[in-house]
Amino acid sequence: MSVAKYVIAATADFPAGTRRLVEVDGRAIVVFNVRGEYFALLNRCPHNGGSLAEGVVTGLVQSAAPGAYQYTRQGEIIRCPWHGWEFDIKTGKSFCSAIRARARPFPVHVEDGGALVEGPYRAETIPVHIEDAYVVLEA
Amino acid sequence: MPIQIDCDIHPAVPNCAALFPYMSEHWREMSVLRGIEDLQSINYPDSVPLTVRSDWRPKSGRPATSAETIAHECLEPFGSSLAICNCLFGVQTLFSEDLAYTYVTAVNDWMRTEFLDRDPRLRASIVISLENIEMAVDEINRCAADRRFVQILVLAGTARPLGRRNFWPIYEAAVKHGLPLGIHAGSELRNPPTALGWPSYYLEDYVADAQAFQYQLTSLFTEGVFNKFPTLKVVMLESGWTWLPALLWRITKYWGGLRMEIPWADRSPAEVVRDQVRFSLQPVDGPADADQMKRLLEHIGSDQLLLFSTDYPHAQFEGSEVFPAGFDESLKGIIRADAPLATYPRLAEGTP
Repeated sequence: MSVAKYVIAATADFPAGTRRLVEVDGRAIVVFNVRGEYFALLNRCPHNGGSLAEGVVTGLVQSAAPGAYQYTRQGEIIRCPWHGWEFDIKTGKSFCSAIRARARPFPVHVEDGGALVEGPYRAETIPVHIEDAYVVLEA
Repeated sequence: MPIQIDCDIHPAVPNCAALFPYMSEHWREMSVLRGIEDLQSINYPDSVPLTVRSDWRPKSGRPATSAETIAHECLEPFGSSLAICNCLFGVQTLFSEDLAYTYVTAVNDWMRTEFLDRDPRLRASIVISLENIEMAVDEINRCAADRRFVQILVLAGTARPLGRRNFWPIYEAAVKHGLPLGIHAGSELRNPPTALGWPSYYLEDYVADAQAFQYQLTSLFTEGVFNKFPTLKVVMLESGWTWLPALLWRITKYWGGLRMEIPWADRSPAEVVRDQVRFSLQPVDGPADADQMKRLLEHIGSDQLLLFSTDYPHAQFEGSEVFPAGFDESLKGIIRADAPLATYPRLAEGTP
């Protein structure tokens, strides 16, 4: 399957801390804005297929010893709504050795409208303007 | 003769008076005045068939009350080179910290004098009461100087789950002295034996022991005892073990989604058990069919988990064949000698 560029949204319409579920070429993909950086995962938990788009976004709890809690990376972890499995939004990796599966990531980047209009890209419902920036998914 | 170590036998205290030589005059008199004549608990009522195999039941009194009886009925018939004595006299049921400490120290001194000193093949577990953790640690330190004490013994039915941090000084002492923590069937009787409250029949009590073991293992895993004490060995005694694969599957399944509750858990429950938990062989609650038993042993996932035991004088099997069908000779050899020696570092030392 060849990789195509899909314009998901204008950055102005896709603020930090939010997510969007998009369908490209028959695949459901969830795109996250983590503090201005965009990341995408196949919207299918590798465990049983739960919709990651409906999961809770949280941080990473780690520990050096029982009773010691280190909470970092707030907003960078997605928990599947079905069984609570956690995945790194940036890589799709899990944090539990019981879980060997990985959520499938897709590249996302921000591109200026001026570069985009030269194409090729697919944005059937989003008009692209030269003066704006857009979230572009490669899938 | 090949080495065989019987990791779970039960010398019996005949009655409280048998411990009086190992108590101060004050506590002897207190025992008499208060009418504390016996601490046999309902964990193993004398008259229950399970408590004493019929061919080991004496005409009167309790079985296994002397080193000679143990040698004659257990060590020699089964061909064991060493045996670990786990005394089940119900000292853990006492609430008074001082009375409990008195009886615990008396049981351990009685064990040393009446058994360890009389047969060089015998080893023993240090009996402790969990009513007072400092006193428990004192008793471990006191007894550990004698290298024939090879383990610390608690009952599966504790007042609180054994993973809780208030118990950790005991595990620290265990690691310091190279003593595994033995958890034996039975209860301090602080809680009903089942999660549903008090059952009606002894059958229910005994079956429910497996629940207690399963929960203790879950607690030790979740609370991080195996992370805090990575060299600690825990031995489940008279626990049964055929339930282990199902428990590990269940913990692992839900750990996947609840990892953030216990972020210190860095190994899977199966890895932790393989590294740090062992089980006495008897009782075997398994399939009679040898091929089904082989499949079960495959699910157990390691040939190092089981330690040879007769559970003498409890009635777990008939005759002299301790292994049920399905164990091949090489596995039997590991269970008889290699696994016990790897679990109990003190066993490899000569008699002092």
